[in-house]
Amino acid sequence: MTKQLSGPEVAQQIGEKFPDAITGSDETAVFVRSEALLEVARFIKESLDLDYLNSITAVDYIDYFELVYHLTSLENNHSIILKTKCDERENPIVPSVVSLWQGADFQEREIYDLMGISFEGHPNMKRIFLWDGFQGHPLRKDFTLDVPGGGKAT
Amino acid sequence: MEIEKPYVSSELDKAEGAEIEALIAASKEPYPDPVAWLDEEIKRNVLLTSTEHVIDWGKRYSVWPVLLGLACCAFEMVAAAASRFDFSRFGMEVFRFSPRQADLMLVAGTLTWKMAPALRRIYDQMAEPKWVIAMGTCTISGGCFRGSYSVVPGLNLIVPVDVYIPGCPPRPEGLIHGFMELHRKVLKDKLIKKEKDD
Repeated sequence: MTKQLSGPEVAQQIGEKFPDAITGSDETAVFVRSEALLEVARFIKESLDLDYLNSITAVDYIDYFELVYHLTSLENNHSIILKTKCDERENPIVPSVVSLWQGADFQEREIYDLMGISFEGHPNMKRIFLWDGFQGHPLRKDFTLDVPGGGKAT
Repeated sequence: MEIEKPYVSSELDKAEGAEIEALIAASKEPYPDPVAWLDEEIKRNVLLTSTEHVIDWGKRYSVWPVLLGLACCAFEMVAAAASRFDFSRFGMEVFRFSPRQADLMLVAGTLTWKMAPALRRIYDQMAEPKWVIAMGTCTISGGCFRGSYSVVPGLNLIVPVDVYIPGCPPRPEGLIHGFMELHRKVLKDKLIKKEKDD
């Protein structure tokens, strides 16, 4: 079984290097400011040997978006969760982690497509599932459709 | 080998998006069901009846479906083709992967707007006479995904549909019943199309 690293311990390690980056921590997760995300991710990737990004998820809490990064070390069999907030709703921008984990490429595009969060530094920031010209981002809580399926209700 | 035009995916994306948007804009009204076969026997052309009957009999037993398994209904379609239910009994054993060799479009599964232009193109490439079966609730009306942003609410917005087979998914028996209905329809097909009375 993969060992869950303790959030406060990892937060402490990060805090020694980047004193302003941490906003909090709980049992399994570390909360960081979105501006410092890339530096923190690079730091813990190297110091904790986190060579695998399981998934990136975006959550719409209406007041803010939260991004959840599940990180695992296949070598040492431990994992940690990194979370960051994004308060902006009109044009949310978060640093991309494609330069650290190639697997982030399609997942960040999926989040951009369905949640409308842009990733700064992504090599190919465009929609992945929906077509070019689709209006809005359908997984947002405030997304509504005038007509089901975009067609005429019969 | 040198490629003359560089691969620019943004242009492809734009072209694809424009095609889908155009199809959505054009697909506001469902196609009416082709119901000419419901006409009374008396209205049929007496001189051609015998020839017509033989030709329709031949068409009936050589309906070749094009494989369009879009979602989970496809497994029931495969089951209906396999030895237990075996719809080769009705002359339908060959699934064609080329629309040019097929007579029947068997749409099994959820149709999304992104797939819709491809489906329409396959329909347009099929040679006449051609028929369409909508298999499963999602294909017929969008089903439980009807309120979704990405699912076509009804196959008849894209192509005219001959037979609807409800179910989620329909069992192979249901599918075979649908084929029987289609065969009835093919038998009543006319060589000479008459103008509508109205």
